[in-house]
Amino acid sequence: MIAVWIIIGIVAFLLVLFIAIYNSLVGRRNEVKNSWAQIDVQLKRRHDLIPNLVETAKGYMKHERETLEAVTNARNLAQQVASSGAGVRAKAEGELSSALSRLLAVVENYPDLKANQNFLALQEELTSTENKISFSRQYYNDSVLRYNNQTQMFPSNIIANMTGFKASEFFEVTVATEKEAPKVSFTQ
Amino acid sequence: MLVVGLGTVLVLLGYFLGLYFFGSSIGGLVIALAVWAIMSLFAYFQGDGLLLTMSGARKINRDDHPRLYNVVEEMKIASGLEKMPEIYIIDDPALNAFATGRDPTRAAVAITSGLLQKLNRDELQGVIGHEISHIKNRDVLLMAMCSVLLGTIVILAWYGSRFLILGGATGSRRKSSSGGGGQAQIIVLAVALVFMILAPIMAQLIYFAISRKREYLADASSALYTRYPEGLASALEKLGASTGQLKSANQATAPMYIINPFHKEGIKASDLSSTHPPISERIHILRAMAGAAFSDYDRAYRQIHQGGKGIMPATARATTGVVPLAAMKPKARLEEPDEVQRARETSDVMWRLNNYKAITCNCGTRLRVPPRFKEPKITCPHCGRTNLV
Repeated sequence: MIAVWIIIGIVAFLLVLFIAIYNSLVGRRNEVKNSWAQIDVQLKRRHDLIPNLVETAKGYMKHERETLEAVTNARNLAQQVASSGAGVRAKAEGELSSALSRLLAVVENYPDLKANQNFLALQEELTSTENKISFSRQYYNDSVLRYNNQTQMFPSNIIANMTGFKASEFFEVTVATEKEAPKVSFTQ
Repeated sequence: MLVVGLGTVLVLLGYFLGLYFFGSSIGGLVIALAVWAIMSLFAYFQGDGLLLTMSGARKINRDDHPRLYNVVEEMKIASGLEKMPEIYIIDDPALNAFATGRDPTRAAVAITSGLLQKLNRDELQGVIGHEISHIKNRDVLLMAMCSVLLGTIVILAWYGSRFLILGGATGSRRKSSSGGGGQAQIIVLAVALVFMILAPIMAQLIYFAISRKREYLADASSALYTRYPEGLASALEKLGASTGQLKSANQATAPMYIINPFHKEGIKASDLSSTHPPISERIHILRAMAGAAFSDYDRAYRQIHQGGKGIMPATARATTGVVPLAAMKPKARLEEPDEVQRARETSDVMWRLNNYKAITCNCGTRLRVPPRFKEPKITCPHCGRTNLV
């Protein structure tokens, strides 16, 4: 009789453990999904801001036609690939980032533009959106790390394998300009 | 761990009170727990708005101060908070900030107008990161519950010792001596008496220790969210250099602020009896961090304390791997408003929040029209032109 109770106890304990681990896996996976959605929101916000910014800057920056066009083109390209895979997108968005930083670097040469209230407000929005993109990417990668750890560590990996939780991909920046400076090598 | 200690003090106090006044420990325990439960319920449901009302904070939205709103939103994203906290500005030249709200879905951060003027964007981010992590780590609820616990202990010990002095306990003493416990009983009662005097002091020290621990954790989290501990370090430097005290702060609300609102820097005694670690130490730790992870904060803490135990809980240290820091940024970036502009910006917000209208006359003078002004036109005192309100 005692043996039966012990077995029932063990089964009940395992069941509770299973439910707890399964639920926490689901929670982690949803966190990954949500944080991915957050990156999306911020990227879209950046796409929406750029036409305004270019329009405002155009009036002041007569000699920077190329820089402005580069930003507009990069933005349009990024918007076109918005529904494709993470790798393609990351590349397009990275190019947009570097085009934007080139634009913001030359703004320093135009004091009139820097004094424009409208432009200042747009610039604040853009700076903040850039920050939000990198913070949401940071949070996405953190939550992917947490989720992947759980799908690979014992004992939750058993349940993850049984119920089909697969490891997620990190959001890597693939453009050289956004990472550290490229190493120059003279040996061929 | 320390919270358990605080709870133990309360239970022991109840036990001794019961022993002394009712001859049974159960009665005292029940009273202690009942008082505590009532007070916590009250704190849980009423505490939210109290701090904000008491400090005279004004709620702002995105258009009032876009930069502040953006920084809070950035930190909300970095910390993974589900809901955007409300933002308040306190019209006070003192430099401070705090977070409130019993759970992350109904939280608020508040910042004084003085601080808003003083800090650049990176520093503001560090401070807001610190406050957001108080919300994320549920420190607000924890500290509210601890301060209720502390309050209960203080009240019970106070009444207990008063009754004792006035000889209100004669009944139970007679009973116990007739029971024949004799010597042992007297010893227990003596211990009870000493404990009743010491309990509030012990509770206070434990409470301070909990508070300081959460401050370290919030600093570490801020560094983790921003990947830039220098921002918070340089903000703390500015905070530490200021001498103004916040008008609206009091002992109970102190742990929620970014620095102790009653701070006196350079007093060593504040180590044990302060809600916050010394500012200089917090700056040292942040500047000694080699990476942005909790483990880096822990290492920096141990480095400064020459060995000894770390400050981060082991679970927190294990969750994050190697986290590189962001590159150092220049103190003032060109596109950023400087301190004068920030001061103007902040005072504009305060005027607007008080329903003043701003009219710019053709001569360049800015007129501020108070909300009580009902006339349709106003004459510029500078050039004499008439402006429509």
